[in-house]
Amino acid sequence: MAKITAGVGCSHTPAIGAAVDLGKTETDYWRPMFEGFEASKKWIKEAAPDVVIMVYNDHNNAFDFKMIPTFAVGCADEFPIADEGWGARPVPIVKGYPELAAHIVQSGILDEFDLTIVNEMEVDHGLTTPMSLMFGEPDAWPVRVIPIAVNVVQYPPPTGNRCYNLGKALKKAVESWDEDLNVMIFGTGGMSHQIQGPRAGLINKEFDKNFLDDLSRDPERLKDIAHLEYMREAGAEAVELVMWLVMRAALGEKVDEVYRFYHVPASSTGVGHIILNADNNE
Amino acid sequence: MNEKQHEYEDLPGTWVFDAQRARKGYPLNNFFMSLMKEENRKAFLADETSYLSQFKMSDAQRDAVLKRQWNTMLELGGVVYCLAKLAFTDQHSYQYMAAEMTGMSEQEYVDMMLAGGRSPDGWRSKSETKESAQGDEV
Repeated sequence: MAKITAGVGCSHTPAIGAAVDLGKTETDYWRPMFEGFEASKKWIKEAAPDVVIMVYNDHNNAFDFKMIPTFAVGCADEFPIADEGWGARPVPIVKGYPELAAHIVQSGILDEFDLTIVNEMEVDHGLTTPMSLMFGEPDAWPVRVIPIAVNVVQYPPPTGNRCYNLGKALKKAVESWDEDLNVMIFGTGGMSHQIQGPRAGLINKEFDKNFLDDLSRDPERLKDIAHLEYMREAGAEAVELVMWLVMRAALGEKVDEVYRFYHVPASSTGVGHIILNADNNE
Repeated sequence: MNEKQHEYEDLPGTWVFDAQRARKGYPLNNFFMSLMKEENRKAFLADETSYLSQFKMSDAQRDAVLKRQWNTMLELGGVVYCLAKLAFTDQHSYQYMAAEMTGMSEQEYVDMMLAGGRSPDGWRSKSETKESAQGDEV
């Protein structure tokens, strides 16, 4: 039986991808942030997941404005890297797992989640920067990836509670797949950031710390945070944190925090990172 | 028919990209999306006014693009990720665009971020916020 063994929370920004691709990870500006992921790279190499379910958002690269799906599951064999306006990142193509993705869609829809099926999709920095941070710069990614793109661009994104419940449905879907697979789930985006308007640059370290604490201590509180509270306390784009709640709920009731890291800034973003082991004996 | 004022409209220095703003911004955002192709970036830079005439945007939207009034573009329905494609077309970074929106120089903005970013104190509601911080005042 397939199991979700662990979850990773991780911010994403185009600037992180650019720093990797342009060889700037050792500069004074970037070194402290990249050092924070060294332990994580070792950890994930040892934990050796077969599949990563990547809960992320597209930034108007795969999706334009003709259609805006709230939850879109990537069911393709592979996902090319998007050209976001300055050329595609020189990272390996992302290999999917269409059989498991199809199963997840079927299970999820019968569980009353109206998932959008995506058979062709490019992926942008929302997906590729967490891959670079966790897996470094390999010639081919060592895992297959099932992208789940969440709309957080046009208001309103799905509620935290909806995301939390989707996480529970994903756990159920994975556990009903009859193949021994080590599956991990990533929740990406966040933490504090606002990248628009005169209020750009907003960071709330205390909000971010409490959020990281409560992923293991009190996730039920987090699922009830309203969009307005994310936007007011931690910046308009901090609402991306709802995607971390999909990850958290997919791990079951109890989790063990393995590692965390927090750093300001990466461009305009408060970079948060956490690794949580699922308690599969509950 | 009028919609009730939404609570998020009280966030200072922020234009939430909601359904009504998205509706108005549709042609503007389609223009930004067209800049994902190199030949379109070239055509736009060669003759901005003529290139923009393909898109059914309002005069105010067109004017904001030509003048690179980033905050006005947000207010008129542009999505920040799409605005970035215009900044990239101009060979600018995301960070440059964010700095422009705040009225700071790029270096001042970077320094603010290195010092831990902008505190939410004073920026939780419009009534709290100093007028001096509003952008596109030029």
